[in-house]
Amino acid sequence: MTLDRSAAVEQAQKLLRLVSLELAFVDPQSQKPAEALRSLLVDLEQAVAIHAPPAIRALAADGRGRVEASPGVAATFTSDSLAYLHDWQPRMEEAVIAWGREPSPGGPVVPASAAVQPAAAEQATRVAQPESRTPAASMAADAQLYAVLPDDADAELMRLFCAESHDLIQDIEQGVLVLEERPQDHDTLATVFRAFHTFKGNASVMKLAVIQRLAHELESLLDAARRGTYHLDRRAIDAILAGADIFTRFISEMAAQIEGVGAGRQIGLPVTAVIDTVKALLASPPQQTAAPQIATATRASAAPAPPAPATPAPATPAPAVPAPAPVVPVVSLAVATPAVTAPSAVVPPPSAAPEASTPGAAIVVPAAEVEQPAMGRPAAAAAAGLIRVDTAKLDSLIDLVGELVIAQSMVTQNSELQTAASEQLARSIGQLRGISTELQRTALALRMVPIRGSFQKMARLIRDLSGQVGKEIKLVLEGEDTELDRTLVEELGDPLVHMIRNAADHGIESAADRVAGGKEPGGTITLRAFHKGGMVIIQIQDDGRGLSVSRIRAKAIERGLISAQEPLTDREVLDLIFAPGFSLAAKVTDLSGRGVGMDVVRRNIERLRGTIEIDSVEGRGTTFTIGLPLTLAIIEGLLVKVGEQRFVVPTLSVRESFRPLPSMISVVQGRGVMVSVRGTLVPLLRLADQLHIPDAVIDPTQGIVMVLEAGQDCRCVLVDDLVGKQEVVIKSLGETFRDQQEFAGAAILGDGRVGLILDTTALVRLKLKHGEAA
Amino acid sequence: MTQPSSSFVAPDQAGQAAQPGKYLTVALGRESYGIPVLKVREIIRICPITRVANMPPQVRGVINLRGKVIPVVDLRTRFGLPTGEDHDRTCIVVTQVATTIGNGTRLYGVIVDGVEEVANFVAADIQPTPDFGGAIDTRFITGMAKSGDAVKALIDLDAIAAAEGVALDGAASTPPPAAT
Repeated sequence: MTLDRSAAVEQAQKLLRLVSLELAFVDPQSQKPAEALRSLLVDLEQAVAIHAPPAIRALAADGRGRVEASPGVAATFTSDSLAYLHDWQPRMEEAVIAWGREPSPGGPVVPASAAVQPAAAEQATRVAQPESRTPAASMAADAQLYAVLPDDADAELMRLFCAESHDLIQDIEQGVLVLEERPQDHDTLATVFRAFHTFKGNASVMKLAVIQRLAHELESLLDAARRGTYHLDRRAIDAILAGADIFTRFISEMAAQIEGVGAGRQIGLPVTAVIDTVKALLASPPQQTAAPQIATATRASAAPAPPAPATPAPATPAPAVPAPAPVVPVVSLAVATPAVTAPSAVVPPPSAAPEASTPGAAIVVPAAEVEQPAMGRPAAAAAAGLIRVDTAKLDSLIDLVGELVIAQSMVTQNSELQTAASEQLARSIGQLRGISTELQRTALALRMVPIRGSFQKMARLIRDLSGQVGKEIKLVLEGEDTELDRTLVEELGDPLVHMIRNAADHGIESAADRVAGGKEPGGTITLRAFHKGGMVIIQIQDDGRGLSVSRIRAKAIERGLISAQEPLTDREVLDLIFAPGFSLAAKVTDLSGRGVGMDVVRRNIERLRGTIEIDSVEGRGTTFTIGLPLTLAIIEGLLVKVGEQRFVVPTLSVRESFRPLPSMISVVQGRGVMVSVRGTLVPLLRLADQLHIPDAVIDPTQGIVMVLEAGQDCRCVLVDDLVGKQEVVIKSLGETFRDQQEFAGAAILGDGRVGLILDTTALVRLKLKHGEAA
Repeated sequence: MTQPSSSFVAPDQAGQAAQPGKYLTVALGRESYGIPVLKVREIIRICPITRVANMPPQVRGVINLRGKVIPVVDLRTRFGLPTGEDHDRTCIVVTQVATTIGNGTRLYGVIVDGVEEVANFVAADIQPTPDFGGAIDTRFITGMAKSGDAVKALIDLDAIAAAEGVALDGAASTPPPAAT
């Protein structure tokens, strides 16, 4: 009995998933027979016929009745019955899931009927007093619905769900922002719709009824938009974004729970508000669309009603009858409600109200990209077949390829092979070298991702910010396809958010000020990425008030960062905004002005081995230019020898290296050594002293002095010799060495040994243990 | 996560009794020790080790294990035994310890003066670590196993890993430029 029941539940769930798939792809415009859908619904009805409680059987029969309009003839459906089925499917699914959880198979299934009842009750309320429907519904349901992760769920499955949801939410957000600009964009509508649909499907697999419900409502909204029966306006966009936010919250909470943080905790989600909003939006389609709907609604309510109770599927026992009686009329009336409730559209839906009056934010796609819809590419890429790969596997692949290249060079440089004078062998070796180099290049390219994701997040940020600061701000994105290392993209997020906030809060003036300054009332922030000279350049440009050199100077003097007499170029003054604790804002706002910011931004960028520069014209705007290495995985390094050891020094931080003449060396107090580099005295650090290496060159004139720089500072470092130049793949030293300061990582050298990469920033800024000459 | 040992998921933490099972017995000087065989990933011949400056003496440095950079700990130094030169029987036992951070496991190598055999110790063979009265550091010993006439001290690899910070919660302090 129990076995039969669980098999039936499983079967029903499987069928329901198929039904939802079928529903998503069915096209109401074409009069294509709905045979597949009908047979699924019949199967479903049969699947629940024996073991299911009456409520479920009734629901199944009701669903099947929708497409059973004319027996004998090929099944067809109207857009109304389709809309009804869209609504019916999640209710059915909820009921089936509840049924599956019910421990006593024979007893009355309370949860299932409970799951069905609210929906019916809600609709009953709707029929009784249409105008008070929305408040009543939200009163009846809790303001927050609670989702609890199923405790029997597979952690691996949940992780997959989280990862996929994350992507889907991103698709949704990006798409919606495009839709705000171009509500009719069919491809984008389809993409967003599909994303919600997939999300709903995934949620149902995970048995997350609340999430599934919300996804379903939003999906219906988009479906209506896709079919042209609903015009997406700002309120709809807000509702969709609010829904996406709920998903994001849920997913992050879920991810935390998977990792064991607060496992089993209920997740409160303000789902009801969004669902109500969406329902209200759908119930009050703007403009003329209301009229035709009334007509079809009345037709629909007349058509399917009679056959539903009259044609039970062969296996369905009699009890199917009582339920359809209440359900069917209620539903057909519910379909007709748009006509009745239309006047209530004057009342703005709750969650949309605060946003309604805020100035608009817009995402402008550069002209070159207008022809090709923004979402077109990802969709095409998806069709080309993307797979998800664990990054650990990717890294291990890169490790192995690196090892292969080393092994290859050890073989090819083997002295016995060198002496073998075979042309055939030489050619084969050349081919091997070519292939392994190409393989390494490809493997490293796997880590590269377009910056699009980060940029799109900023689009969302600007949209929210422009509301908060009450300014009209337009974000222009350029070069979203520029690729850079995955790690870089992740690390870049926070600095970008900070600078965008700054630009929106301080950079862009209020509309009145802008007009007074002869500018357009709306501000523009441009986010641009491109490749230049082996670097990725990212620019954040605003057309706001710009930075005032005199104000920064005054503020810096006030804070004691510089003295009043200090002669500084404008650029040096601008650089002061990167000083810790520096803030120009007169008042601390929610957004910025606390003076913890630009110094952190600069530190983050430098940690990524990048640079940041400011250009600003007062009254015209400010441009921040960030230069980043293409990848964090590889650096160009100088191989240096100290005693018996070899180290890698990142080439970018070596300004110059030379063998000093005795006249360039001066000793202070017998210990501190200074080197005169083009007339400037620079303190010298002996690497051998710092790293306690025996048998190294002590006399600077016998070794090589490298001038290392980090930001504005520089220091001379003495090594024995330069050995060569090599591109190396950086590897982490691991936690064992987390407390050491001298090394930034390790690399496998050409002979297979590990070489340590010097942390040049740390070496330059290092406090010398003895006698640092001032 | 504040205490080093708390980031381990392995049940046998420092001070806990050794479990019966298979152990790889290794030589350290003239003494013999046992390493739980389940923690041993592979045994490699001693290879060039890159010293890392300013580290405690038992941390010999890092090696290249097929493209991975892993730390190497000298067990002789760790146990305060006299250290000799490496010789042709010296090996690195690559061990895998669990951590709750990242993908869950970390590799590190321990240098031993040679591997002997894989022995099966039943519960009756194993005795708790005797109290040496503070003369000997027994933090890394989980028990003593009798094997014929000899007695082998059973090593707690997790405790050694924790002491050297091999598997610490490094999320906050790991330098991000290191990409792998």
